[in-house]
Amino acid sequence: MASMTTWRRSLEAVALPVGAVLVAFVIFGIFCALAGANPLAVYGSIYKAAFGSWSAWQNTLIRAAPLMLTALCTALPARLGLVIIGNEGALVMGGLAAVLTGLALGPSLPGGLALVAMALASLVAGGLWIMLAGALRHYRGVNETISSLLLNYIAIALMNQLVQGPLRDPAFVSKPSSYEIVETAWLGTLPATRIHWGLIYGLVASALAYILIQRTTFGFAARTAGGNVRAARIAGLPVGKLTLAVCFLAGSCAGLAGMVEVAAVQKRLNESIVSSYGYAGILVAFVARHNPLATVLVSVMLGGILAAGGILQRSHNLPDATVLVFQGIVFLCVLYSDSLYGRLPIFQERSERPGSAVAAS
Amino acid sequence: MATELLGWWGVPLGIVAGTLRGSVPFLLVSLGECLTEKSGKINLGLEGTLLMGAMSAYAISYLSSGLVGPALAPWLGVLAAGAAGMMLGAIHGWLSQQPRVNDVAVGIAMIIFGSGLANFLGKPFIQPQAPQLPTLSLGGWSDLPQVQSALLISPLFLLGVAIVPLMSWFFKSTRWGLYVRAVGDSPDAAKAMGISIFGVRMASIVAGSFLAGIGGASLSLFYPGVWTERISSGQGLMAVALVIFARWQPWQCLWASLLFGGAQSLGPAFQSVGIDSYYYLFNAAPYILTLVIMIITCSPKRTLAGAPGGLGQDS
Repeated sequence: MASMTTWRRSLEAVALPVGAVLVAFVIFGIFCALAGANPLAVYGSIYKAAFGSWSAWQNTLIRAAPLMLTALCTALPARLGLVIIGNEGALVMGGLAAVLTGLALGPSLPGGLALVAMALASLVAGGLWIMLAGALRHYRGVNETISSLLLNYIAIALMNQLVQGPLRDPAFVSKPSSYEIVETAWLGTLPATRIHWGLIYGLVASALAYILIQRTTFGFAARTAGGNVRAARIAGLPVGKLTLAVCFLAGSCAGLAGMVEVAAVQKRLNESIVSSYGYAGILVAFVARHNPLATVLVSVMLGGILAAGGILQRSHNLPDATVLVFQGIVFLCVLYSDSLYGRLPIFQERSERPGSAVAAS
Repeated sequence: MATELLGWWGVPLGIVAGTLRGSVPFLLVSLGECLTEKSGKINLGLEGTLLMGAMSAYAISYLSSGLVGPALAPWLGVLAAGAAGMMLGAIHGWLSQQPRVNDVAVGIAMIIFGSGLANFLGKPFIQPQAPQLPTLSLGGWSDLPQVQSALLISPLFLLGVAIVPLMSWFFKSTRWGLYVRAVGDSPDAAKAMGISIFGVRMASIVAGSFLAGIGGASLSLFYPGVWTERISSGQGLMAVALVIFARWQPWQCLWASLLFGGAQSLGPAFQSVGIDSYYYLFNAAPYILTLVIMIITCSPKRTLAGAPGGLGQDS
């Protein structure tokens, strides 16, 4: 009986998000048809550009790596009951810290050590940035969603100010950018691929986050406080310290994504680091229901959709905002599916026929 | 030119001009959000509504100018922006009232969806020039063309200013205003009175989104007067913070909008007199101001004075 119930529960937890994504595909198909494109051909193109070949898989995984990291920036605080959307700002601060460290060190350190220093700087910078939002929440009662959002814009302004001013490389004319970091501090690729080491960072961070939240006392305390703050206080849990620590870890993940983007992709700092990874990370976290292992899968899926953005424009004459529309539809459908938990009779324990349940298990 | 004639007077003049122009979307969106939050729901998606309103207004004004003439076309655009806002508001209103659905998360989804839809549909309208809304000149008393151009006022600004006392009166003295406040402050009491919580919240969110859509129209048809994909730059989200700053009072929304419009014009105004070394940091002034205001006005010990009692609680 008990195993039957958990079996139905797990099926529900998998079937509802998958069903929501399928419904989103149907709505998106109708949308494409209205825009004059053949929905089936669009699905085919997305699949081919995302997962159709080893080359497509590599493009997808390159995009999935920063998403895994930025998603943790929303997923970890969500376990504490906080809605943090400062992913973009933490990513920018991480990238900024990495570039500053890389430029300051120059070629003085061997490559490996320079990368470690840059990664540490980005972890601390991104972590402190989101920890600020957590501290404001805990000590001043400032809504963390809005404060972390404002911090995004402040981080971008700070980066623009530095890139236009003291850090600007006058030799690089196409857009205001910082000086290039030395080649020894570039983040390399995995053997025999175009995929950079950021993917490993993302996988390791997700695994560590899962262990921390699900398998440690710290994670248990955080989940308890997220479930009921008052009960957690009565139980003597240090809610303030938990808030600060979780927010720091969350921000440091997004900061590391900034370092990966700088050291592996851009090589210098400019406005193109403000890509869609921050806001897409929020989407990943919500679709994965804030489970750090599920975020890995959802990141790969969304990375594929992002990788398909170009081909939608080239072969179906759809604007590049199509990908954004699709993301919005998926997000809305998944949120709606949350309200269906416990409401669909298929997933409920059938108390009127206990005999068949026992027989089946 | 302007700076050569006026010298340092260009700075306060620039700030006044920027305040009058830049506060229009803040005013309309914050009034819409004020109405929404009074009913007990938060609509973060007004950022997407603002973009969608800007796009619809511009597109309809451009497309209809051949049919109805360039005088009427922008007004059709304003109506279209309001209608587009109501459509997005209806989605938000329905979805955010489902059980276990967080209204903040729906808001973020609506930002992605609304801005995606606006950029998707608005792609063909980035290049052409649409007929703009007329402006009212309050600077006729001055001979200086800079002063005259600084004191051009949008009719949508006047509309927003006119809504302020109306909304204040609506909340204080009408039956429907009482319903909205009851649903927002104490949903259980409202239910006991026989009021439909779903209906009142839906109506408040849709009406608020209508205002936010019109705020978008003021972006594309008045100032800056073009349609680009990054035209709103977070103003819809800042309006949400502004409502908190204004303590959910329509009159204070007006003063706060003027303050934010002014803060936004600091960067360009200083640049016009040659101080551009901190241009980007001045541009971040409204965001820093919002954050500082929230830090000052919030407190973990008590709920904010004037905050609707049911705000942010899951239904």
